[in-house]
Amino acid sequence: MRQTKAVEIGVGLFVAAGLIALFVMAIKMSNFSSFDNGAGYDVTARFDNIGGLKERSPVSMAGVKVGQVSSIALDSQTYEAVVTLTINSQYAALPLDTSASIFTAGLLGEQYIALEPGGEETYLANGSELQLTQSALVLEQLIGQFLFNAGGDDE
Amino acid sequence: MNTWIQQLGQAGIRFFQRVGRAFLFLIKVLMSVPASLLRFNLLVQQLYYVGVLSMLIIVVSGLFVGMVLGLQGYNTLVDFGAEESLSVMVALSLVRELGPVVAGLLFAGRAGSALTAEIGLMKSTEQLSGMEMMAVDPVSRVIAPRFLAGLISMPLLAAMFSAVGVLGGYFVGVGLLGLDDGAFWSQLQSKVDFQGDILNGVIKSIVFGLVISWIALFEGYDTVPTSEGVGRATTRTVVHSALAILGLDFILTALMFDE
Amino acid sequence: MTAGIEYKNREQPERSLVKVRQMTFRRGSRTIFDEIDLDIPVGKVTAIMGPSGTGKTTLLRLIGGQLRPDSGTIHVDGDNVSELSRRSLFKLRKRMGMLFQSGALLTDLSVFDNVAFPLREHTDLPETIIHHLVLMKLNSVGLRGAYRLMPNELSGGMARRVALARTIALDPMMIMYDEPFAGQDPISMGVLVKLIKLLNATLDMTSIVVSHDIHETTSIADYIYILSEGKVVGFGTPQEIEESESAQVQQFMQGLADGPVPFHYPAPDFKTELFGLGG
Repeated sequence: MRQTKAVEIGVGLFVAAGLIALFVMAIKMSNFSSFDNGAGYDVTARFDNIGGLKERSPVSMAGVKVGQVSSIALDSQTYEAVVTLTINSQYAALPLDTSASIFTAGLLGEQYIALEPGGEETYLANGSELQLTQSALVLEQLIGQFLFNAGGDDE
Repeated sequence: MNTWIQQLGQAGIRFFQRVGRAFLFLIKVLMSVPASLLRFNLLVQQLYYVGVLSMLIIVVSGLFVGMVLGLQGYNTLVDFGAEESLSVMVALSLVRELGPVVAGLLFAGRAGSALTAEIGLMKSTEQLSGMEMMAVDPVSRVIAPRFLAGLISMPLLAAMFSAVGVLGGYFVGVGLLGLDDGAFWSQLQSKVDFQGDILNGVIKSIVFGLVISWIALFEGYDTVPTSEGVGRATTRTVVHSALAILGLDFILTALMFDE
Repeated sequence: MTAGIEYKNREQPERSLVKVRQMTFRRGSRTIFDEIDLDIPVGKVTAIMGPSGTGKTTLLRLIGGQLRPDSGTIHVDGDNVSELSRRSLFKLRKRMGMLFQSGALLTDLSVFDNVAFPLREHTDLPETIIHHLVLMKLNSVGLRGAYRLMPNELSGGMARRVALARTIALDPMMIMYDEPFAGQDPISMGVLVKLIKLLNATLDMTSIVVSHDIHETTSIADYIYILSEGKVVGFGTPQEIEESESAQVQQFMQGLADGPVPFHYPAPDFKTELFGLGG
């Protein structure tokens, strides 16, 4: 076959460049490096209101991302939101009385769950439920409350 | 009165016959693909024609698209004080949409039309028929390696397009507009999801690669064996591929990013 | 029609490699062949002649199994071509070569690789043996010196000779030549005439030559079939054909402008068309 070295080298470079591009995208441009699917444990938390929380929203502790929201459901008995958090297995030693709060990154940013460690000696395991939760602050409610209070002060 | 109904019927029959031939052709090609994997030399050669020769236009276009996205995105985002999200905007537009779609359109124009012209010419000069008389199946000897090369090249090219595009956005955002270098990359790593964004983009580009190769090779194989017929088939390849890419992109986006 | 009867009563001394019986082939509403019978004797050069558009090339494609007859049978070396599975058809085709009018060389391969193509596709011979075989085949068509050239650097006659070398690469039992002399200058025509004759004799092959070049064809053919309007109108040795009394055969052999094949395309009477339109 008329297959010169140049063709083979060209194809080699082409395939290498394509794979490098994929690799760079995975490592440099996405959460792939902090992404270890399956290698984590699930805990649940109940909230009165989750605001704009979504699946795959980050879960962080002291500002460090430790996991993500894996599912959100409504408990039709108590009308509470049941949020399942997947915590990376490297953070296995979280106290059982850890509390979860829904915060907003910046004024209009996306919502995330912040974990606050408690003091218990026993640790969270797969299937544990976080007892202490704080719901999302809904901006409209806050403004409404503020206006109501302000009106009350005037009288 | 009767004539235009008859013409409509004829056109419809011709259309469906063609669609049927196209699907039979695809099945035949897919069945020959495993055998052509063994003929590694042929595949390498076609990867050269289909992939390597399309690389330059893809990389250059990717760079410029990324740079333009950087400039335009900055002008919009700076009004909301959200210019640190520039990298996310550039990367998500590229990885999810522009990478697969624009690379696909360029690929159809560069490699797809060349494939149609080549196969059409082989048909009109009796090379395919001659091969058949030499007891060599042209589908497995000629078509399948080209199909496979298109299928492999397209995701690689789309990945290059997106990666180089983000680099273009980086040059503009960090180099020209003075954004913070660390924030640029850390924003990407926290906001771009590997599975949801990057893998879905790759899946899109594989689908586009399959459809472009299919259309290009079928148009060549089914061409009217005259120089006029080959010319028309080449044009049809580019038009049909472009339409298929844009239509499929909508469907795939709706399926993948519906949250 | 009389010719057909005349042929059926003939006794066939040689074994036939190709037997066509009662074969009908239509393209759309046009009948290309109307229940024709044809025999290609083994080891001989048989020419199939006739005016343009009688489907001579189509006949070769039918024999090669690229087209299927609408009715009737075509047997090649005992096998019914239209009933063979794809695998056995390919097996049969390895033993028959076809030389296309254009040569049908693969344009992205060199002359050497073109001739090596069937060997590489169908055999596991080591590269050195392929090299020797290819040069042998190229030598037999006189183009050993051109093995490095690409097809687009060849003249039409050379391309056809390379294609011939490729066709004989697998030593087929039969070669079908599709218009081998069309559009050739006298010298390359002479070369091709010589090659067809030589190959047929030295390689012990059967040849079918489709052509309408009367002079060249009669000089090499052992037997000639003349087709016209979907029928066999004449069969015999070149001499028998030249002495034939059939008007159709004589018109073709002598190149008369008018005869059983009319000069005018079928049309209504000229007078009525001219004056009828005015009235």
